[in-house]
Amino acid sequence: MTINETQDELIADFSFFEDWMSKYEYIIQLGKELPLIDAQYKTDQYLIKGCQSKVWLHADFKDGLIQFTADSDAIITKGLVSLMVKVLSGHSPEEIAASDLYFIDQIGLKEHLSPTRANGLLSMVKQMKLYAIALKKG
Amino acid sequence: MSKIYPIDRIRQDFPILRREVNGNPLIYLDNGATTQKPQTVIDAISGYYTGINSNIHRGVHHLSQLATDAYEVSRAKIRQFIGAAHNHEIIMTSGTTGGINLVAHSYGNEFVHKGDEILISEMEHHSNIVPWQLLCAAKGAKLRVIPMDERGVLDMEAYQLMLNKKTKLVAITYVSNSLGTVNPVRGVISKAHAMGVPVLLDAAQAVHHIALNVQELDVDFLVFSGHKMYGPTGVGVLYGKENWLNAMPPYQGGGDMIKQVTFEKTTFNELPFKFEAGTPNIEAGICLGSAIDYIESIGLDAIAAYENDLMDYATERLLAIDGLRIIGTAPEKSGVISFLLGDLHPYDVGVICDQLGVAVRTGHHCTQPVMDKFGIPGTVRASFAMYNTREDVEALVAALQKASQMLQ
Repeated sequence: MTINETQDELIADFSFFEDWMSKYEYIIQLGKELPLIDAQYKTDQYLIKGCQSKVWLHADFKDGLIQFTADSDAIITKGLVSLMVKVLSGHSPEEIAASDLYFIDQIGLKEHLSPTRANGLLSMVKQMKLYAIALKKG
Repeated sequence: MSKIYPIDRIRQDFPILRREVNGNPLIYLDNGATTQKPQTVIDAISGYYTGINSNIHRGVHHLSQLATDAYEVSRAKIRQFIGAAHNHEIIMTSGTTGGINLVAHSYGNEFVHKGDEILISEMEHHSNIVPWQLLCAAKGAKLRVIPMDERGVLDMEAYQLMLNKKTKLVAITYVSNSLGTVNPVRGVISKAHAMGVPVLLDAAQAVHHIALNVQELDVDFLVFSGHKMYGPTGVGVLYGKENWLNAMPPYQGGGDMIKQVTFEKTTFNELPFKFEAGTPNIEAGICLGSAIDYIESIGLDAIAAYENDLMDYATERLLAIDGLRIIGTAPEKSGVISFLLGDLHPYDVGVICDQLGVAVRTGHHCTQPVMDKFGIPGTVRASFAMYNTREDVEALVAALQKASQMLQ
């Protein structure tokens, strides 16, 4: 599945939620299900500091594809991190670097990517793209 | 309370309280960050630009005179509100942070030298830490931190022992913005003065909750912000005793602060203008006076009594929630209740509250050392103002119960 196909699928999934509560319950569930990041990467070296919640991000480059694993100390942030990983992980550096993440806006979670939220999510997306750009050049 | 507190009328006076957030009535409990504005202040802002906008202390033309008069009337209201002896002891700043930086630069340049010490407390806002760190780094002075106990109460014995001949200033908050602790400022000031040390009080979280009088406190410097006391953003006050302000060099250079400028030498204007370089936030300065008028129309003592009762009620209701832990349990608190809900992350709790229209602050509240002391990433903070009600507290409790149910 391409990055945009995954995004479109998520948009379709979220359109079934009738109220904010079921939407957030789903995000919280995703947060709980996110595969754990390997303990050796849950260190300051992999930490993306938000003002409020912390995000850890690790990138693995194998067979031309980047695999992301991540974690957060806040469960809603973790659910959103899980969405980002779902969309971007398993793609080539070129695809990730060129991606346009429109799904967050369309599923009505744009405010979580605003700098004022300071939850580390915006920095995480930037970091994911930076990894991709670095690997693309290499 | 001898008179019935006019809560319905007060709520009517704040138009924003009638709006909705995420389909729910707004429950605004982030007053420690900034307060909402009454209609009179909103009207005064508009009235300034509609009727008298012009630069102050400069023009001979009619509008400039009107604006200058209004600005100086506001300064006089501020003087009277905090009980200062002279209007020229009221320096208009950009806010609390601006006032602290002014003292750190100006007083610091003149009176702080290598090996000297500045005392702050463990519960300071970053604004009352960083300017002193910068000063100490520049001067080779030492920043020392008065500890607090696990309730968030200042250790007065440690404080006494830390005061010494090298101490050049004590800079401390009146009310902690993250814990709500009301510090024993009279004791802090008298102990410092006994050693000949001046005291700066950060009153940003105090001046709209607790009636204060700078002469009675005998405090040397007092700083606060307009926007936390129902006034506009971008204006604040530095009160300083005349003797200190006269002994201090100018902070920033520019217009309004000079008497005469030649390329060889500039002579400086008198107080308060010596410290007011450049065109200030005129509209905000004037409308801070309107905010004071509004506070005084209700009466600060009546507001304090009402808010203290609401704080007690909120504390009791919050503690009834399963797993809720209050951070900051000093016997005397004002305006702020910080807490954690089980082991839930404050950010998660804040997001759910927001969906229900309840505005609370989450995070470290610009007091990272306080959070480190308690070993927590942050707290959820509910902070109260004159227009909050027991219904607001109930809405918060319901939101927290929902958050708890969804996030566990």
